[in-house]
Amino acid sequence: MQTETKTRVDQLTSPAGHPVSVLRFEGDIASTSKDAVLGVYQSLPKATTKLILLDFTKVDYINSSGIALVIQLLIEASNSGQKVYAYGLSPHFTKVFTMVGITKYAGLFPDQGAAMAAL
Amino acid sequence: MTAKSTSVEVRLPSRLGYEKVAMSTAASVAKLMGFREERIEDLKTAVAEACINAMEHGNRLNEGLQVGVLLSAGEDALEVKVLDDGKGLKTLPPRPDIDKKIHGEEDPRGMGMFLIQALVDEAEWVAGGNGKSSYVRLVIRLDSPSE
Repeated sequence: MQTETKTRVDQLTSPAGHPVSVLRFEGDIASTSKDAVLGVYQSLPKATTKLILLDFTKVDYINSSGIALVIQLLIEASNSGQKVYAYGLSPHFTKVFTMVGITKYAGLFPDQGAAMAAL
Repeated sequence: MTAKSTSVEVRLPSRLGYEKVAMSTAASVAKLMGFREERIEDLKTAVAEACINAMEHGNRLNEGLQVGVLLSAGEDALEVKVLDDGKGLKTLPPRPDIDKKIHGEEDPRGMGMFLIQALVDEAEWVAGGNGKSSYVRLVIRLDSPSE
């Protein structure tokens, strides 16, 4: 029933010249998404990955288990000195991320252009 | 709920993912009632989380047990009961704390009940008197015309 989560990683450079790893999610983010969220994040080299951008543009459904995976990613990123940002959330999930406090640890942007301009 | 109401019932297997059937049904009923899109999204998340709790904690993912979802559409509110075969809750968990989660002092999970309470107008958890048949009851109200 749950749509499989697919993740693609793009390596971009911000207008300010900083390397940014973009994790582009597609499908549902739920309890079955551990490999697609944490697994893909953990495969990035920690020594050179300092800025991470999560792209939720193609995600329709995120439940509390999916939110927990995002929080686990934020915990690991915090412990590794990385900064995490996100964009592409619907107005509803922007509200949910704000309610649970994720916005305190991951800056939200409306789209990729706005995010990259700030990094 | 008002005396005049229409009921819709859905029965789900205790299999994660099937909460989306209840989400779609609740969204369809809410749309027919005239709820705004923003409130329908709130309802969908609350219903999904209630069903996931019922499957995981109430029925312990035993696919032989069903989760019942009863929607009662009144004139000014939609009531949703999500029933399982668990014992129910004795106490509600504390409000999640993102700082404690990030610093490893609290489990990263445990957002579901908080989201339910935050997204609907009423939420109550009722333990079955016989040690099973517990349910959560959610109410979401239509905005008044002035809002």
